[in-house]
Amino acid sequence: MNNTNTLISLRGVTVEYDGVVVLDHLDLDIKDKEFVTLLGPSGCGKTTTLRIIGGFTEPSQGDVFFDGVKINDVPPYKRNVNTVFQRYALFPHLNVYENIEFGLKITKLPEEERKKRIKEMLAMVGLSGFELRRVNQLSGGQQQRVAIARALVNHPRLLLLDEPLGALDLKLRKEMQIELKRIQQQLGITFLYVTHDQEEALTMSDRIVIMKNGEIQQMGTPTDIYNEPINAFVADFIGESNIVDGVMIEDYLVEFGGRRLPCLDGGFGKNVKVDVVIRPEDWEICKPENGQFRGIVKSSVFKGVHYELMVQAPGEEEEWMVHTIENHPVGSEIGLILTPDDIHIMNKMSPEEEAELVSALEADSILEDGEESDEE
Amino acid sequence: MTKKQNSFTSNLYIFIVMAFMYLPILVMIIYSFNDSKSRGAWAGFTTKWYADLLQNESILTALWNTLIVAVISSVVATLLGTAAAVGIQAMKKRNRELIMNFTYLPVMSPEIVMGVSLMLLFVMFGVDFSLFTVIVAHITFNVPYVILSVLPKLRQMDKYLFEAAMDLGCTPLQAFMKVMLPEIMPGIISGFLIAFTFSLDDFNISYFVSGERAQTLPVLIYSMTRKRVSPEINALSAIIFVVVLTVLIITNLNDVRKEKQLQKGGRRG
Repeated sequence: MNNTNTLISLRGVTVEYDGVVVLDHLDLDIKDKEFVTLLGPSGCGKTTTLRIIGGFTEPSQGDVFFDGVKINDVPPYKRNVNTVFQRYALFPHLNVYENIEFGLKITKLPEEERKKRIKEMLAMVGLSGFELRRVNQLSGGQQQRVAIARALVNHPRLLLLDEPLGALDLKLRKEMQIELKRIQQQLGITFLYVTHDQEEALTMSDRIVIMKNGEIQQMGTPTDIYNEPINAFVADFIGESNIVDGVMIEDYLVEFGGRRLPCLDGGFGKNVKVDVVIRPEDWEICKPENGQFRGIVKSSVFKGVHYELMVQAPGEEEEWMVHTIENHPVGSEIGLILTPDDIHIMNKMSPEEEAELVSALEADSILEDGEESDEE
Repeated sequence: MTKKQNSFTSNLYIFIVMAFMYLPILVMIIYSFNDSKSRGAWAGFTTKWYADLLQNESILTALWNTLIVAVISSVVATLLGTAAAVGIQAMKKRNRELIMNFTYLPVMSPEIVMGVSLMLLFVMFGVDFSLFTVIVAHITFNVPYVILSVLPKLRQMDKYLFEAAMDLGCTPLQAFMKVMLPEIMPGIISGFLIAFTFSLDDFNISYFVSGERAQTLPVLIYSMTRKRVSPEINALSAIIFVVVLTVLIITNLNDVRKEKQLQKGGRRG
């Protein structure tokens, strides 16, 4: 906490409900003016982490620091933090103006100042002229903007956003992602954002925290996390991946799919079983005779920008997912090449971990377009 | 059947239903102007029963008692019932269901059971029958109705509204007053109105706990009928009917106007 730059610190925060551990000794630091995203499948504890910082959930163990001051016992209404709730939670009996004014009235800000701030805020979220509308007459996107304005008008040090775009359609969601990032940079406020949508996280965040089962898997910039996933869970959760069994023959040499290939990783030891992760877009396609791997295109699906091919060599077990902007017809034979930096080596997951990964990902894909179940 | 015949039968049906409901009241109102004590014959128009009514102290006292009991008991029941509903809603599922069963019990059980048991309770504790006992009894049977009309509103409410209010700086009390209360107000008002009318109307329970001095109107009228219904009662009933009718018409007109406003607002939006 000596770092004056750190706004929020969680130290060994644990949350248990009826013996179920929702958060397990979580340590997390968020810097001032940072845009941090908590990303993970449902039930990973991301919403609970947000509620801890908002003051709505009490940690069973551990401490929460705000600006270096312990705030475990500070109630939500005394924290310099505001929240954009998942379903907005706008007050239906108040109009747009009154909704945004709510927090300012409670803190007894003079009327002149209130008017000025609300006007600014409405302009920023693009809702000038909507003051007297009833909130249930607004579209989802407009309600979303009111919720953001209602939180930001109080000039919090930290804004918590709980899957705020989950209820919007894809196009609106993309627009709002850019909008949110713009607002955050314009106001210089720290944003802590919760989502299970990896694309959203990659687009907006300065830093992503990937969580699973109440534990942090990896923290880093979007580029770091995408390019250097720390384990197969992260690799699979962020983007699509080929994950296969391999053996580290020695430092910088790995064997998988029946080939020995050079790689950039070392320090695993000799003849150690590992997971090998290859991003589908990292493959280079060439003539069959020139490839390190060769195989028949089993299927080809057009995904908008690229084609997704499934490639398998006759008699070989592995099936490779390949992304390419050039289509190759089903049944044709192609060659595949990897450069050493395309090959990512991870410690092997235990069978239990693997089972967890599968179930977590399945649960998530089911919930993807629905709502996230309560994590409490 | 042709359309015309069809509408004739349905009109006839409506007419018969209306006649069954309102003919007795009409007869009562007519007889309240009858210049004879007997119910059988019409002896000319008079308003003397209305004049007598204003002089009949026992009736006026009973009317006053009824109003006091209705106002106090429905206000107290509304406060208690609303608080109870908020508490019940916050409970865990099993406890909530348990409490709700206890809440339904007095509503389901015959009023006479409530009346007799309340009477025994007061006797056991040596409380003399008075307006106080009537009010306590009315609060008791009204609380469940308030709970039952407030709870659905609480259930409909976005459960994050309360947290949103606290997030914006409200203490829990402020959050309740500024956000929760306006949300559940329609339920509270309808609970209050139900309690008020039930209290005005109640005979069974009041009969057992009112004693000699604290008779409410229904109890008094019942005791009079054992001899003979005085035409003054007709006059009083006619007045009550007209008052209720007026209130109903006013609230309905209000509703219609509000709906029109809402539609206008909706078009603008």
